Amino acid sequence: ILTQTLFSPPEFVDILEDKRHCNDLRFAFRTFSPPPYKGAPACSSAELNQAVLESQYLRYVIKEVALETESSVEEVRDKVCKIMWEMSQNLQLRFIRLMAFTFRKVFKRLFSAIYVNMEGLQALQQATQEFPVILMPNHRSYIDFLVVSYILFNYDIPVPVIAAGIPLAGMKIVGEILRRSGAFFIRRAIGSDKLYWAVLSEYVRTIVRTGFAPLEFFVEGLRSRTLKSLPPKLGMMNMILEPFFKGEVYDITLLPISISYDRVLEESLLAHELLGVPKPRESTAGLLKASKVLQENYGCMHVNFGRPLSVRQLCEGKINRCQYNLIPRDLPQKPNAEAQACGSWLAHMIVRLQEEGALTSPWSLMACILLQVPTTVLTEEGLLFHQLTEQTLWLRQLALDFRAHLSWPDSDVMSSTVALHRSVVYRKAGRVYLTRNDELERKHSIVPEDDMMRTAAAFLMLASYRNQCLHVFVRPALLALAMSIRKSTRKDELLTCFCFLQEVFSNEFVFIPGKSSQDFDEACSLLHECKAVHVSQWEVTDSDTGLEVLSFLQELLKPFIESYQLMFRFLCEERDCVFREKDFLSGVRTLATKLIVSGELHTYEALSSDMQKNVLSSLRRLGAIIKIEISENNEYKVNKSAVRRTGDMLGKCSKSPPPRSHQHPDIFWVFFIFFSCCSWKNPSADCPGCT
Amino acid sequence: MKWNGWGYSDSRFLFNKKGQAEFTGKRYRLSGMIIPGLKDWMEGTFGANLQHKTQPVLNTSAVQPPMLNEAFVEELKSTGIPFSHEADDRVFRAHGHCLHEIFALRDGKIGRVPDMVVWPNCHNDVVKIVELACKHNVCLIPYGGGTSVSSALECPPEETRSIVSLDTSQMNRILWIDEKNLTAHVESGIVGQDLERLLNESGYCTGHEPDSMEFSSLGGWVATRASGMKKNIYGNIEDLVVHIKMVTPRGVIEKSCQGPRMSTGPDIHHFILGSEGLLTAIIKILYLRDHEKYSESLIDMQKLYHGLSSIFTSFLDGLKKFYITKFKGFDPNRLCVATLLFEGAREKVLQHEKQVYDIAAKFGGLAAGEDNGQRGYMLTFVIAYLRDLGMDYYVIGESFETSVPWDRVLDICRNVKARIIRECKDKGVQFPPLSTCRVTQTYDAGACVYFYFAFNYRGLSDPVHVYEQVEHAAREEILANGGSLSHHHGGTTS
Repeated sequence: ILTQTLFSPPEFVDILEDKRHCNDLRFAFRTFSPPPYKGAPACSSAELNQAVLESQYLRYVIKEVALETESSVEEVRDKVCKIMWEMSQNLQLRFIRLMAFTFRKVFKRLFSAIYVNMEGLQALQQATQEFPVILMPNHRSYIDFLVVSYILFNYDIPVPVIAAGIPLAGMKIVGEILRRSGAFFIRRAIGSDKLYWAVLSEYVRTIVRTGFAPLEFFVEGLRSRTLKSLPPKLGMMNMILEPFFKGEVYDITLLPISISYDRVLEESLLAHELLGVPKPRESTAGLLKASKVLQENYGCMHVNFGRPLSVRQLCEGKINRCQYNLIPRDLPQKPNAEAQACGSWLAHMIVRLQEEGALTSPWSLMACILLQVPTTVLTEEGLLFHQLTEQTLWLRQLALDFRAHLSWPDSDVMSSTVALHRSVVYRKAGRVYLTRNDELERKHSIVPEDDMMRTAAAFLMLASYRNQCLHVFVRPALLALAMSIRKSTRKDELLTCFCFLQEVFSNEFVFIPGKSSQDFDEACSLLHECKAVHVSQWEVTDSDTGLEVLSFLQELLKPFIESYQLMFRFLCEERDCVFREKDFLSGVRTLATKLIVSGELHTYEALSSDMQKNVLSSLRRLGAIIKIEISENNEYKVNKSAVRRTGDMLGKCSKSPPPRSHQHPDIFWVFFIFFSCCSWKNPSADCPGCT
Repeated sequence: MKWNGWGYSDSRFLFNKKGQAEFTGKRYRLSGMIIPGLKDWMEGTFGANLQHKTQPVLNTSAVQPPMLNEAFVEELKSTGIPFSHEADDRVFRAHGHCLHEIFALRDGKIGRVPDMVVWPNCHNDVVKIVELACKHNVCLIPYGGGTSVSSALECPPEETRSIVSLDTSQMNRILWIDEKNLTAHVESGIVGQDLERLLNESGYCTGHEPDSMEFSSLGGWVATRASGMKKNIYGNIEDLVVHIKMVTPRGVIEKSCQGPRMSTGPDIHHFILGSEGLLTAIIKILYLRDHEKYSESLIDMQKLYHGLSSIFTSFLDGLKKFYITKFKGFDPNRLCVATLLFEGAREKVLQHEKQVYDIAAKFGGLAAGEDNGQRGYMLTFVIAYLRDLGMDYYVIGESFETSVPWDRVLDICRNVKARIIRECKDKGVQFPPLSTCRVTQTYDAGACVYFYFAFNYRGLSDPVHVYEQVEHAAREEILANGGSLSHHHGGTTS
């Protein structure tokens, strides 16, 4: 542990090693005296709820809803009270202490260290005194949920109220403990429930307005099953920004927090979930059962508190606040296009900052390497350990060139990393093999599909760990991909292709909307700096020394290309133009399984339900499929020629499915531009087969 | 009158040999008094150091020679209207009381000034002057009391024509009082305090009392849409004016009768009120009210924002101070003082007083008595003198005001004050600025809020520019928070 401390970036401090509070109990009962918020007097949870219930805004909405539903105001008011009762937090220091006590015990067992950057904490402590603070961590594990509160309690910073999913509230006892530790609970599918939206938004706004406590929420909306950043959800973001836009607070501080795990507690659960095994419902019993995960070691955890961001500064010139002057601020008012764009930009930027603040682990780099090795090598022959080591070190240098923050503990890092992840790989006689679940018991499985599922789970775990560092490489990789697809050196053509790839993969990788050309420039300069390409004013050409980097980057995205191509092919080969989401998922799964077993498909990621759903949203965005609104089963209508064209544009870089022959590849691009223009205007006009 | 500062030459704040703050002269209730807290307040709030004193440069020789339009001068002579092109007359009328104007004067910098000054004696003189000005292509700038804070008196430096300042100070008579209709016909040059004194002699008043009423003129009030401290009882200038006669280059505008309200298209008065310096002369009639004995009182409330309140407590005598700060537990630095003036018939005053005191009691406030009220009321008149004291010690400051709906008052106060502090820091101001505010006028639908902003400018190369940048930012903040650009100062600057 000492060496780890030495080699971790200097500003990080291990809070578990903190000698001042050796005794857990004494730690839990430490004097907690955060500096008070200067903006408004402190108020209790009950007063907060009262303020929400009595707000002009809710009174107005209650009357409206009563009129619409032809019920009495009292009835609607009762509903509001029920919603509040279900939603509201009840933050109490006693429970924070209880939480701190338990967590300390648990954390000490699970993690060898929890690193926190002190500089970030000091800035945060300062910020909490000035303006309402919004803590915005990424969400990779259930652990994220209270770890921030734990750290803040440790360092005399006001503990936050936390937006949580309603299933957590349903857990016996635990739900109540969470509530008293500051969690408030939000229903999952709110849809068009006007009353619920009203209560929720007023509750959130009141917390911000009164500076009740820092507000913590996951801008990605939910836990990322793939350990990749998710496109941000904007509803909460817009609610939070409103008090600033309306001048009710002078400023709001946004604080991105990057939580990085060496090993994620839920790793195998996630992989199975992606393979279609339903997630166990959150329950206290389940939690107790899960306690066997406590037996294992999960390495280190890094919590990197980002620089506090002033909403006021960021929004300068982007928002005309006068627009709120002509309507009473208490009345419901949908954010206009300008405000929404601003919220979306901020949310995406936060995700980017979370990515930049994340620490890349050696294991994540290893996963990149391992996924580029032929499957059979990992499952049968085994990969030479020293080969893995060498390549990982090579990749480490590339990651550093691409400005990644690494957590690179000590010289023995390779062995200890492999040892830590024995759930995925193991080392035997100088070679590395894939660990397959229950391998010893069912060694001689008769059904190849069963065997395949076990391999798939391991591969999806690997893929998830690769995803942890994907953000480091994604921009240069998209450029490398564009270069191989277009076979062109002209910058403008590459940019068009780059944008197209961003568009197709915008559910896979998060990019700030409207910043494609900056992303492109960034990719150019990163590749240029590591001498993989030459960049001139009009051209990007690959250099002799850059082949290794470029082909690595192309290979890195290959699973995505192959999986997308496969699903496009599936859609085009279907007889019908209308399909149900359920049938699509199972159909793709069957096809992919078949192709993997036959050796035609080289990636297991096509089996991931996450990627399957992403393909659907991507095609919807491109206008190649249309959701049929009237249907309850998520039915889609497909425009096969559009899907085929999109597939063709993804290029011939993958071997399967076989590319269709076209004499004039440039025609695709004309098509793409033309097609994306018209498909936005009239998405339903382009399906000749089905009417 | 001072030529490079506010008000009477004999009245000023200074620090005497013992280092105590003193207000000189005999004109005000504060005159001759020692203000014990002021020194500490200046030092504490601005980091001002009494050792560092600026020296105003008095140099009138820098004034450029007048550029006269000979033909105009010749014809003017034949009318017999008095005029002058002496340097000091011209400099005196070349500025209002914007910070940059006074700062430049104290620095000895004199830019473009009027080339001559004329003193019309009556309405017909004004008509003649305007005719001649049109005929000979001469610029006219009307001048009343010289208290403008909208740069309306500034001569455009690029102006090549001869500039003539039309000083209305000689048109200062009440022509008649109509006791049946409670109106009076008054010339535009009359200064507020004279108007009030003369009306009082006949048992009337207008009730229009802007902070500048000692110096500002009736014509100026109309030209800027002025508002006074007693507006809740008497109304703003637009409520007081019944009839206006205005001389324009194209002739004289006036209504044909004195009916209190008309419904014949848009009210022509509303093109005139607030038109800021575009007018030449205004003659008008005011509502009069019975003038009654008034009583005055004062209330303070806890937990609001601290401004000049520590000065207030320094006035309190020992026992009272002990009672307020120790017994009642008010912190002199976090005390909020409200000066309230009750005016009208005795019953009404008592009734009002009771209502207000009841509200105050509900929020932990208490009445501080009439004496303090009188002093507090007086403070509003001497605040401008404080600005000059500050300038002696490297402190510059200004006030600006806005009107805003009630629900936004607290938000706008907080946000604008915070913005000022933030901007000062960004612009390199070395000392924490004074950034405070008060509500001065109230309406059913909102209130007028005054912001006071001042800072110690030692270490800055161009303090006025910094000041203007910060004020601009503050105004931007006001607009973004649903406030107006101005409630009554006028808005041609910024």
